[in-house]
Amino acid sequence: MKRKKVMAVSSPGGHWVQLLRTSPAFWGHDVHWISTDRGLASKVPCGTFAAVRDATMGEKLGLLVMAFQIALQVIRFKPDVVITTGSAPGYFAIMCGRFFRSRTIWIDSIANAEELSLSGQNARAWADYWLTQWPELARENGPHYLGAIL
Amino acid sequence: MIFVTVGTQRGFDRLIAAVDTWAAKSGAEVYAQTGPTSSRFPHLQCAEFLDPVDFDRRFSEASLVVAHAGMGSVLTALEHGKPLIVMPRKVELGEHRNDHQMATAKKLQGNSAVHIAWNEAELSELLSRHESIIGQSHPAISSHAPLAFLEKLREIIDAPD
Repeated sequence: MKRKKVMAVSSPGGHWVQLLRTSPAFWGHDVHWISTDRGLASKVPCGTFAAVRDATMGEKLGLLVMAFQIALQVIRFKPDVVITTGSAPGYFAIMCGRFFRSRTIWIDSIANAEELSLSGQNARAWADYWLTQWPELARENGPHYLGAIL
Repeated sequence: MIFVTVGTQRGFDRLIAAVDTWAAKSGAEVYAQTGPTSSRFPHLQCAEFLDPVDFDRRFSEASLVVAHAGMGSVLTALEHGKPLIVMPRKVELGEHRNDHQMATAKKLQGNSAVHIAWNEAELSELLSRHESIIGQSHPAISSHAPLAFLEKLREIIDAPD
């Protein structure tokens, strides 16, 4: 099997804990992690880590800087696969990844048990694999349910 | 020591104040990561934000965790095998952008390792029983997703271009 470049991206907090729980799925590949909290560098189980600007939905300038920094990371790392558990950094990562023909995987947070998050709904446009962690939210045309991190 | 966390993105004074009131009566030793707040909680040791290393240390030392219904706090408590009390944020009180924490709390109701407080009165009732809650031990869950899900993700990642 070919060794691939996997970019694993998420916000800190709950999204990050969920991303780490999926990490055995890409052990053995070259992994580049991205989040917005530099302190998480010491928490990655393998590979390299980069921090980008933090911003929440609504902070337009911050989001623009974040998107630009993520685009640079994608251009430098040239991932074969981009995988994310959300939210804003993951959204930009699969958007850029799609543009550069990476395989893109959006795993909507397990916290969204009754409806997808806003970024999760928008992620549909860029995700090759658009996944929910709740079977009752799955639809024939996506989001799809393949399991959950718990 | 009881460790309280409401994440780092926004404060949740309703939860912290309820714990503070209980700590004043019981004299329990409580450490709280409060998130951004302008309130003072005289009966707790507080920090607005702990870096990931300090956060892990406080978490490991805790005999009981009290948290908002954020999945980061919930999963970390389950991975550490810590007894856990959660109280969800409510959108109508301006505590979050939407009510996903109410949905999370409803989904967690069947999990015997998690005690749900739907309001401050229930939180203080659960805290008054903290010794028996600490006494019910639950094994830590694995730090990874279930194997079947990991295998499906691995198939997607490993598939040839």
